[in-house]
Amino acid sequence: MHPTPSPATVWRRPPLFGSLWRQRLAVAAVAGYLVWSTSTLEVNLERVLAGFPRALDMFARMVPPDFSRWQLLMNGMVESVQMAFAASLAGVLLSIPLGIAAARNLAPGPLYLAARGFIVLGRTLHEVIIAIFFVKLFGFGPVAGLLTLAFASAIFLGKMIAEDIENVRPGPVEAVRATGAGFGQVVVYSIVPQVLARAVGLAIYRLDANLRHSTVVGIVGAGGIGQTLSASFARYEYDFSLAILLSIIALVALGEWFSDWVRRRLR
Amino acid sequence: MVQRLGTKTAPLTWRRRSPAQSAILWLWSAAVAFAAAWSVSALDIEWAFFADAHEQAVDLAQRMWPPRWSYLPLIVRPLIETIHIATLGTAIALVLSVPLAFLSARNTTANGFTWAIGRALLVASRSVNTVIWGLVFVAIFGPGPVAGICAVAARSVGFLAKMLAEAIEEADRGPIEAIEATGAGTAQVYLFGVLPQVMPVLIGTTVYRWDINVRESSVLGFVGAGGIGLYLYASINQFAWQQVLVVLAAILVIVLASEALSAWVRARIS
Repeated sequence: MHPTPSPATVWRRPPLFGSLWRQRLAVAAVAGYLVWSTSTLEVNLERVLAGFPRALDMFARMVPPDFSRWQLLMNGMVESVQMAFAASLAGVLLSIPLGIAAARNLAPGPLYLAARGFIVLGRTLHEVIIAIFFVKLFGFGPVAGLLTLAFASAIFLGKMIAEDIENVRPGPVEAVRATGAGFGQVVVYSIVPQVLARAVGLAIYRLDANLRHSTVVGIVGAGGIGQTLSASFARYEYDFSLAILLSIIALVALGEWFSDWVRRRLR
Repeated sequence: MVQRLGTKTAPLTWRRRSPAQSAILWLWSAAVAFAAAWSVSALDIEWAFFADAHEQAVDLAQRMWPPRWSYLPLIVRPLIETIHIATLGTAIALVLSVPLAFLSARNTTANGFTWAIGRALLVASRSVNTVIWGLVFVAIFGPGPVAGICAVAARSVGFLAKMLAEAIEEADRGPIEAIEATGAGTAQVYLFGVLPQVMPVLIGTTVYRWDINVRESSVLGFVGAGGIGLYLYASINQFAWQQVLVVLAAILVIVLASEALSAWVRARIS
């Protein structure tokens, strides 16, 4: 009979990172990083401390929110919604060829690499950076915002669709191909039915995401409610700013609820 | 005598959809097309800008080339600052998100009222974009990385807390009841019964949010909230396109690196 080791009399919380030593190392690394980063940041402490009374002052000027210029507010909101909607649709249309080009099992090698490279490049740059370039090319206004969101949507949806296409079951594809179908027919009759349901869900999700992003591209002059908000901050009209912020929160929450509702029904 | 099989003959041609289904599909398509037409027409698009857009783009590309690499040493510090803003902001969000998540999970919140408060905070935090939060905090703390850190934290806390609250709601009852049976108080139940169960979600989501935040921090400088964005914006405003290309390349590198790091960490913990 083997002697069983006597169990420890004191319970210890099992370490999170495998062994106790690794956990200590991780904690030390985090602590070291925090010290390093806070010491290198150029923080003007006086200015930051002055911020707290300022925050109270700003809050006092924000409340109550000023909805008296609701027409201006409405215009910005409607513009954001229109931008988001048109951009989602354009993004969906653009993402189809992009998604096919970025699917390893459909596209020839060089095209696949080019499309994947384009997706990586486009995904990395923030929408606001892309918006600046479109503002430079198309001037201030909602067109730049529309194109930015369409571009970002095409990249996002293209990536997702490409991954879905790569994961389709090969059986139906081979079956359709065996009937003598051409490339277009193979895509329409064997790939589309397999990826359509998820793609529609993703497109709806993207509409919701575009609604969110449409509120921010206005910061660099690309139209929408963001431009109105930015202007109100620049003029220190904080009560109007709060009204805009509350409206944005309501719009985004509504968009999210709508998108969840549609996607639940699709499932 | 020929006997008829069944009462209905099968259709001779194969159809994907029944007439009712295709009618609904057409209706939906028409609604989408109508909404799209309304959106585009109301936006007052100046189509003339599209005519020479390609020439403008080529012109811009030519001005960017070759990149002025001598600018690179100048932007190393702001690049590091960008990562710091993302990390510190995420760290603050992580600390704040735990109590908020317990407040807004149905099974751990005190009552309906506290749950509603938690949910309202979640929605408010998540609905406002990081850059807009930046605008708010620059007005409070003045331009600089502190405003950026607060902006990142303000946006991320809702994201982290939402994911965590969902994990808490799905937590296994067994360990919680076991801890309760030992006579533990509420705080002890949360700490020893719930928190260990949701720890993987908490860490995974935090690391994931961190890499999103690196990307977000790259533009916080546009509203004066610190980081590399300020240099990008300045270079664009000075029409120093060769510098712009260097900054863009640098942003590309740090965003891709943080994404790879985050993916690696998440693959290891799950």
